Amino acid sequence: MANILSEILRHGLRSESFSWPQADLDTWQQALWQRFGRALVIRHVDAGSCNGCELEIHALNAPQYNLTGLGLRFSASPRHADLLLVTGPVSRHMEEALRRTYAALPEPRWVVAVGDCGHDGGCFGESYACLGGVRRVIPVDVVVVGCPPTPLQLLEGIWRAVTSARDSTPRQPE
Amino acid sequence: MPIVRTLPGTVPAWQETVSREDLRNLCLGQKERGARLVSLWGSDEGEETFVLHLALAVQEGLCWVRVPLPARDPTYPALDDVFANANRLQRATHDLLGLLAQGAADGRPWLRHDAWPPDRFPLRKGEGGEAYPPRVREPYPFVTVSGQGVHEIPVGPVHAGVIEPGHFRFSVVGERVLRLDTQLGYTHKGIEKRAESLAPAELIHLAGRVSGDSTVAGAWATAQALESILGRQIPERAEWLRALWLERERLVNHLGDLGYLCNDVGLSAGFSLFWALKETALRTHESLVGHRYLRDQIQLGGVVRALTASDCQSLREECVTLEKEVYRLRDLLQEHAGVQDRYLGTGRVPPELAARLGLVGLAGRASAQAWDLRVSCPTPPYAQAEVRMATRTQGDVAARVAVRFDEIFESLRLIHHFVEHLPSGPSHWDDSPPLCAGIGVGWVEGWRGEVFVALEMGARGQVRRWHPEDVSMSNWPVLEHAVQGNIVPDFPLINKSFNLSYSGQDG
Ligand code: SF4
Repeated sequence: MANILSEILRHGLRSESFSWPQADLDTWQQALWQRFGRALVIRHVDAGSCNGCELEIHALNAPQYNLTGLGLRFSASPRHADLLLVTGPVSRHMEEALRRTYAALPEPRWVVAVGDCGHDGGCFGESYACLGGVRRVIPVDVVVVGCPPTPLQLLEGIWRAVTSARDSTPRQPE
Repeated sequence: MPIVRTLPGTVPAWQETVSREDLRNLCLGQKERGARLVSLWGSDEGEETFVLHLALAVQEGLCWVRVPLPARDPTYPALDDVFANANRLQRATHDLLGLLAQGAADGRPWLRHDAWPPDRFPLRKGEGGEAYPPRVREPYPFVTVSGQGVHEIPVGPVHAGVIEPGHFRFSVVGERVLRLDTQLGYTHKGIEKRAESLAPAELIHLAGRVSGDSTVAGAWATAQALESILGRQIPERAEWLRALWLERERLVNHLGDLGYLCNDVGLSAGFSLFWALKETALRTHESLVGHRYLRDQIQLGGVVRALTASDCQSLREECVTLEKEVYRLRDLLQEHAGVQDRYLGTGRVPPELAARLGLVGLAGRASAQAWDLRVSCPTPPYAQAEVRMATRTQGDVAARVAVRFDEIFESLRLIHHFVEHLPSGPSHWDDSPPLCAGIGVGWVEGWRGEVFVALEMGARGQVRRWHPEDVSMSNWPVLEHAVQGNIVPDFPLINKSFNLSYSGQDG
């Protein structure tokens, strides 16, 4: 126990502050607070990714990004989530599971399609096995391209999704 | 007598053609001499023939066996009683190409769920072009266990954490797992069909995306196969840089997994400490080559970016820091009674079972299966680097954790060695050789285990057949044995200690 404590103390705080053109940490936290009054809860679905995008979603949990401090939390169930983070070109074997997961999210809900694959199928394209992008199956609010997009690009995409003005009428996939 | 043809390239490999009547005898004989099945796949050769292919790891290297099958009767004698890992490979080959293993113990579909009908085979010529074949829904016949107090827990394909999709069906009594039956194939993207007719550069790009965490290993294996077909060696410096990136890939994956192995036993401080290290290492990649995971660094004939002297210096310095930090973390875990209590004896695969099921890679080495391509069949620059293989005999989570620590330290030593003695000269071919037809193999020890690639190029320099095999295909069935008798809450821990690829096995 003492060892763990001394190790934590030796490393100190590792969280970093960051900003991009639209927002810095404070604005981000304020916006989340105003909109949700609590943490933004995210559910992730891998719809046939190569697992590269997942690596970057995991990397968001590195102490440098201070995810919890930012007011973001990953949920084990879609029923507790505000936002769905979907990776992969949507393999046809995952189509049904993706639809059902989306249906389980309460309104209002946001969808962020992650990676070149989530955008348009990326290098896997459209085939007997792939649908060629998340918007083919469920409505998408924001696409974060990249192969894979970095943690900061992911955060920016999440930010864009929850701050975008959008009417709350349910939408159809393209 | 089989016809034997030696393949050019750095991997010691040759091809034999046998009749299907002789196939079983050949396999039994090879098995007797200690051979292991690396991969099994098929190809449509047109003109009314199919070919069944096997890759066997033998003492001297890699033996690629071709078995021609007539189109009117594309069947062959099942081999799952000879090589346990043939089970799913045979089923996958049937789903994709319609080659049927007669007498197989398990005839259930594997990669096909409902995306195409059972009488359509996407890898056949002229098939798979139509975007969406009709869906045919049939329930997957899970293995069931009956008895008093037995109940089933279905999990997935969408899991509670941020992980890849797959379905696990646990049969349990109380908290204890009696049996686990796994259904994978959810991330099947049809990559082998996609690869057909790609040009070399596009193929290497795709190969780096078979399993996202093994991008260097995947791209290297495919580049190796292409280069052997072209009959040209890559510059020495390029070999060294590829190996350098492969070791960095091993390093960051092990760091991340050790973090999760702390998290899964409730030691969140350990998680944060490991992930802080991993993130730092990823940023080093970003600053050196412009990509956190080293994607697309391997190109035909070499690597994209040559390192400068100051790059090498910063890598060396990082090795020194990381070594110190990881030693401290290892001590921390070793002295933590709660952690050790969860690790020791959990998810055990005894050496005899590992040998029988053909467990390989890092999980294999933790169960005394001493096979590491960097040692057992080294290509340059590993031959000169004298890699020390990490092995354990206990085969439990603790052993897999110990192998990972050993491999981190060995990778750090190798990285140091590679940058210290990096040969001078070009880091890639300065011309592009004329493309030609031919066959070649790639075989690389990725962080999880071996990545194998069999490749056939057509006369115009386009892909005819590309079959990548991630070690996960062979290791997944072993997980089902590893969890037996353990409690359900230990499953995530056991699963993470293997950390097998879904995408890599689904294709
Ligand atoms: S975008 Fe790239 S990293 Fe993400 S799933 Fe697709 S291939 Fe993998």
